[in-house]
Amino acid sequence: MPVTSTQRMLTGNKAVAEAIAQEMERDPKVFVMGEDVGRYGGIFGATEGLFQRFGGERVRDTPISETGFIGAAIGAAAEGMRPIAELMFVDFFGVCMDQIYNHMAKIHYMSGGNVRLPMVLMTAVGGGYSDAAQHSQTLYATFAHMPGLKVAAPATPYDLKGMMMSAIRDDNPVLLMFHKQLQGLGWMAPIDASVGVVPEEPYTVPLGQAKIVREGRDLTIVGLQMTVHWALAAATRLAEEGIEAEVVDLRSLVPLDKQTVVNSVRKTHRLLVVDEDYLSYGMTAEIAAMVAEQALYDLDAPIRRLAVPDVPIPYSHNLEKFVLPNPEKIYEQAKELAEQ
Amino acid sequence: MTVPADKLKWMYETMVKIRRYEEAMVDAYGEGKYPVFNIGAGPVPGEMHLAAGQEPVAVGVCAHLRPDDTVTAPHRPHHHAIAKGVNLQRMTAEIFGKVDGLGKGKGGHMHLFDPEVKFSCGGIVAAGVPHAVGAALASTMQGRDSVAVAFIGEGAANAGAFHESLNLAALWKLPVIVVIEDNAYGISVPKPASTAVPTNEVRASAYGIPGMRVVGNDPVALYQVAQEAVDRARRGGGPTLIEVETDRYLGHFQGDPEVYRDKDEVEHLRQRDAIQIVRQQMVTEGMATEEELQAMERRAYQEVEEAYAFARQSPDPVGESALVDVFAL
Repeated sequence: MPVTSTQRMLTGNKAVAEAIAQEMERDPKVFVMGEDVGRYGGIFGATEGLFQRFGGERVRDTPISETGFIGAAIGAAAEGMRPIAELMFVDFFGVCMDQIYNHMAKIHYMSGGNVRLPMVLMTAVGGGYSDAAQHSQTLYATFAHMPGLKVAAPATPYDLKGMMMSAIRDDNPVLLMFHKQLQGLGWMAPIDASVGVVPEEPYTVPLGQAKIVREGRDLTIVGLQMTVHWALAAATRLAEEGIEAEVVDLRSLVPLDKQTVVNSVRKTHRLLVVDEDYLSYGMTAEIAAMVAEQALYDLDAPIRRLAVPDVPIPYSHNLEKFVLPNPEKIYEQAKELAEQ
Repeated sequence: MTVPADKLKWMYETMVKIRRYEEAMVDAYGEGKYPVFNIGAGPVPGEMHLAAGQEPVAVGVCAHLRPDDTVTAPHRPHHHAIAKGVNLQRMTAEIFGKVDGLGKGKGGHMHLFDPEVKFSCGGIVAAGVPHAVGAALASTMQGRDSVAVAFIGEGAANAGAFHESLNLAALWKLPVIVVIEDNAYGISVPKPASTAVPTNEVRASAYGIPGMRVVGNDPVALYQVAQEAVDRARRGGGPTLIEVETDRYLGHFQGDPEVYRDKDEVEHLRQRDAIQIVRQQMVTEGMATEEELQAMERRAYQEVEEAYAFARQSPDPVGESALVDVFAL
């Protein structure tokens, strides 16, 4: 979309915060709780300005007590509220996974649909800034694997706002992951993708719809969040060599928009799946299996996967760079695949 | 006697109903499981945790609750559910895995949800406590005066969720009452072998809230303590922790060999059976005639019988229905 001077640009974090603010304005049942979401505005800025505007009743700082406050969000959601709880880093899931997996995700089902939990669990994901193994994961597949949770992972400020709006309005528990590098924070290396056009008025982007962010005829690259931006960078370089890559941003892991992926593969006949999560049993495997089931005979070459090679995210710069996907690696894989 | 007559009658009849319900469940659960015990067989498969003997805890607290108050219960939930007024027929149908069950057969005996009376339970120890905190938070934010009660076993007082929840409830001064049912055993492990303090109500002091202990499996004593706690919560005075000494007459689950306690222990516990004591008390103090008591007992038995009959005649769910209700549409 061409940017004109009349179009407002926001960082990812401000897009998220604006979505929450507009929903809080519209619906008194919506409130936020989590660690440092109050005056601080969230460690990754997702609640910037909300405390000042709505006060401490509806923008609640919590103790470092994820089981307590995520469980409390579940209890409040069952009683007609629409809580948004923030798990500061997705890596902290270990201390509260029982509430997420055994309760938030299952209560609707176990109750035969009698209890609804309209709540959002938002969390920061991703690495690339040397925060090491306990603060750099994405864990997309860990959450997408479990039935009962919607899992959204927007890649642009526009989608962050629109999908947060959808998540808040959804009657199901939604895990909304925002990528730290896409929040546009002043204390991280700035990247272009962390700033984008965001309309001021409220709007929704549906959960469960992938988006073709670049059209191409020669191969399909599927990713989400940072891997989409890396794939776009790789595609620009491929285009210089006459290879036209189609880039699909999944945007949601649950529900998964299988059709958009399959349609793209039927057009390009080649598939590369890229993930900032671990390789084995992950998103790349799911997409590869799904395409093999639905479009195997449309493929002109074996499916390729590029992801973190089943090691924890290491600390030192060279080590982390070695394990994370990047435009260079995607370019190499895509080029080989296109010429195969 | 400080329990009003109508409340004591309700408590008595409800205890009788619970006891009858659990006794009937011993039989229903046993159907098809023997001669060699097979946990997955019979009309009521899976694990079964029964509460015979623990009736005083449920009625002593729930006597003060309204339908708009919330109760969360643990894996041994039938007495709380019955005392909270959960639809007995649909609850029983759920335990039999039938389509008319509260969860259409998807939950079973540890996962009963009746939003009509704000009741839920779950199979993870201590996990319901934060839900009660959230319910109390919702009540406060919505400007209501309803309270939330979390029932847990004494084993749950060593779990993180319990402590996180008490801190949160105390910090935000929420209308929460956490009721610890001390039946002396966490499955097989006696309390002194699992818990660093002899009694758990002292843990309330760590959170600056009142902590009370009720001994002797006494529903009347608990009624008074719970009244104070519920009143305080309704007035905005914050949470209370109550530990109640109670008696588990049956195993942790049906089929439990109970190698961890003497064979005569339960016989001894039954000497202080609250149902008999309350019955005697009402007769002695002239609160109810023998005829009235028998009428209550008949009514309780009949309600239980009808619930089981309803459950048995309800159809099994078709397999394909397993695929719905993952998400609200």
